Amino acid sequence: MNGAQDLGGGQNFGPVVPEPDEPAFHHDWERRAMAMTLAIGALGVWNIDQSRHEREKLPPATYLTSSYYRIWILALQNSLDALNLLERTDLTARTAEELVGAFSARASYERPTDTEPAFAVGQRVLTRRENPTGHTRLPRYARGRIGTIAAIRGAHVFPDRNAVPLGDRPDKTPEWLYTVDFAGTELWGEGSDPTLTVSIDAWQPYLQAVSG
Amino acid sequence: MDHLDHPEYSELSEMDARVRALETLLTQKGLIDPRALDAVIERYETEVGPHNGAAVVAKAWSDDAYREWLLRDADEAIASLGYIGRQGEHMVAVQNTPQQHNMVVCTLCSCYPWPVLGLPPVWYKSPAYRSRAVIDPRGVLADFGVTLDDSVRIKVWDSTAEIRYLVIPMRPDGTDGMTEQQLAELVTRDSMIGTGVVSVPVSGGRV
Repeated sequence: MNGAQDLGGGQNFGPVVPEPDEPAFHHDWERRAMAMTLAIGALGVWNIDQSRHEREKLPPATYLTSSYYRIWILALQNSLDALNLLERTDLTARTAEELVGAFSARASYERPTDTEPAFAVGQRVLTRRENPTGHTRLPRYARGRIGTIAAIRGAHVFPDRNAVPLGDRPDKTPEWLYTVDFAGTELWGEGSDPTLTVSIDAWQPYLQAVSG
Repeated sequence: MDHLDHPEYSELSEMDARVRALETLLTQKGLIDPRALDAVIERYETEVGPHNGAAVVAKAWSDDAYREWLLRDADEAIASLGYIGRQGEHMVAVQNTPQQHNMVVCTLCSCYPWPVLGLPPVWYKSPAYRSRAVIDPRGVLADFGVTLDDSVRIKVWDSTAEIRYLVIPMRPDGTDGMTEQQLAELVTRDSMIGTGVVSVPVSGGRV
């Protein structure tokens, strides 16, 4: 989705304002918002790609004028409504042990596959020019650009299929994941920093071969 | 409750009431346990933070075999120190050199290696950083007071999947006799994101 979340290359957002030794939270409600979002997520009624998609589905004006954890809470409320969670009786709260245990353990997104990767390290690839209305992890600034495969990262759950509407069953068939390097000049044109390389992690369906 | 003001991307008041109401409702419905929230907050506010990453970096600086392991298989090298968990399942460590400076961003949301750096700072999640890091990284570095020589190449890693990146900053000169513990105290969170460099305090009395 070409939503407000897709910020790479945007201009005029002002300077970055560093805060030395910044605390994890600035207000008490942010602590509760973070933990509540994780606790409801741990009920297993949606996956990470669905939750990201719920946040990016907020109207752009709302997304861009909301603080970070406000975005989380607005998306959480929409998700509770979409699944009618406050009326369900088949779900029970995770205990502290269950919740902290789950967050202290690995939950890999890598999956076995019978397929072989289509691209090799060093190969040039062209990213697809597409504008999906659902969730995607191919940022706009890196669409229709030529890059080089820098690493093969294994086969992982494909977000574009995993982020189905809440309540639907996601298709978790994995796709090969690559790190792809792009020259700054390929992304940003002649005015780009000539020393710049930007990499993204891209699933195979985002890529096509380039001859030569 | 605290009342710290922050100039960017953080707020209070209406949200305080909204979040309290939501927590009460979800608790009454049996969907959350407030004590479980306390435990999660405790974990991410005190136990998990950039001190974990600093220990990884200090060990990489002190132990060539560990550094090579970290660069080859960051998942296992980091797990060997006990830093395992959500948002750190697929770690990749990248090393700064005199020729190349690495910087990490998530232009699409806020992907960040929680087990080694804790929760991301506000600026990392802000539109200002997410928009500009990929198009003008030297400008972003200037906002942090960091200037690199024009000849130093810049590599920006946009975390668009579940791979999480840890920058190994350059070890500063004058630290030859330091222990891992002393080295870890020098390593800042920003240096492990790539928006900072590690330096030795001038009046720290250590050198």
